[in-house]
Amino acid sequence: MGEVSSDGGGGHKKGKGKPKGKKQSTHIDMTPMVDLAFLLLTFFMLATTMNKPKVMQIVMPKDDHDPTVKPPELDKDRAMTLLLGPNDKLFYYFGIPKHGEAPELLRTDYSPDGLRKVLKERREWLRNDTKLKVEDREMFCIIKPTAKSEYKNLVTMFDEMNIGHIKYYAVVDITPAEDDAVINFK
Amino acid sequence: MPKIKLPRKSPRLDMTPMVDLAFLLVTFFMLTTKFKADEPVVVDTPPSISLTDAPDDSFIMVTVSPKGQVFLNTDNKKRRAELIDAIDEDRHLGLTDKEKNVFAIISTFGVPFAQLKGFLGMPPEQRDKWPQPGIPTDTTKDASNELSTWIRVGRQHFQKDYLVLKGDRESDYEAFHKVVKTFTNNNAHRFNLVTNMKRDDK
Repeated sequence: MGEVSSDGGGGHKKGKGKPKGKKQSTHIDMTPMVDLAFLLLTFFMLATTMNKPKVMQIVMPKDDHDPTVKPPELDKDRAMTLLLGPNDKLFYYFGIPKHGEAPELLRTDYSPDGLRKVLKERREWLRNDTKLKVEDREMFCIIKPTAKSEYKNLVTMFDEMNIGHIKYYAVVDITPAEDDAVINFK
Repeated sequence: MPKIKLPRKSPRLDMTPMVDLAFLLVTFFMLTTKFKADEPVVVDTPPSISLTDAPDDSFIMVTVSPKGQVFLNTDNKKRRAELIDAIDEDRHLGLTDKEKNVFAIISTFGVPFAQLKGFLGMPPEQRDKWPQPGIPTDTTKDASNELSTWIRVGRQHFQKDYLVLKGDRESDYEAFHKVVKTFTNNNAHRFNLVTNMKRDDK
């Protein structure tokens, strides 16, 4: 990084005036400073994570009701139960099974062509269900995760509820009959 | 043939604008960077399409590790100091002021009450390396559910808090269920799940 002063040297030889002091160059070598600046810049750029974590708000139902009181009757056409199995397996059935009876399961997956399509079709079908009152033509999804299902599947499920504009959904404990049905599904 | 000697030009260029720019960017990144605190467990949050930003302050965060261990964190030193005072009173842990100060400066922790005093008394290097067992959690309202005590005491002290649940994408629903049940037992029906942003591939 040699600096060669461009002027100075022979400058004051001309003329007989006062000998001027040697004019110092005002240039400073900025290379090391630039090196440092870029080093720091690179470090902070790599250390920064630009996307902040996001949150999804959920509201859980109050479970202080008396177990002997029967919950309000839900039309069987409106009910759709989603069973979250282990290893990204997903099952569903429509309607309300009789107490203690294993439901007939259907299988789908978490892809847009799987669950999302099923939800969409069912919603449209329900819209045209003339047996129900107009305000009742909304689906009610009951989400029942098995103990070994993964947390990310549940989050995906909430996502799909939001994407599909499903107003009514709840996470409910799985019944032993349903648990068996998931395990024994071929 | 004699070579034509080109006049040698100085290779120097004026670096001032470049330096200005570089330092401007350095300053920007320095001010915007927030360093992550050391966490006892690495958690990979699940993706979702949610666009709400995570709260920066006044939160109580419950972390669920891939193995289902439960950890707790709240945002700043002052609140942590208040929390440990309240917990000490509630559970009669007999912590000294020094131990309480240690609690105020550590971040996420997962230690049962029985081991809390010992944990806070450890020298810092040892504390960092010590594998934390997680806070005992179940679905009851009893004293065995220590997370319930933390949440109950925490919520009494910080009324307007966000409860934030940060679960690993691989953790079982079982662990998640325990934590949620603890929340609802403590009348916290509304809470937030930490997620990673994902684009919706419609």
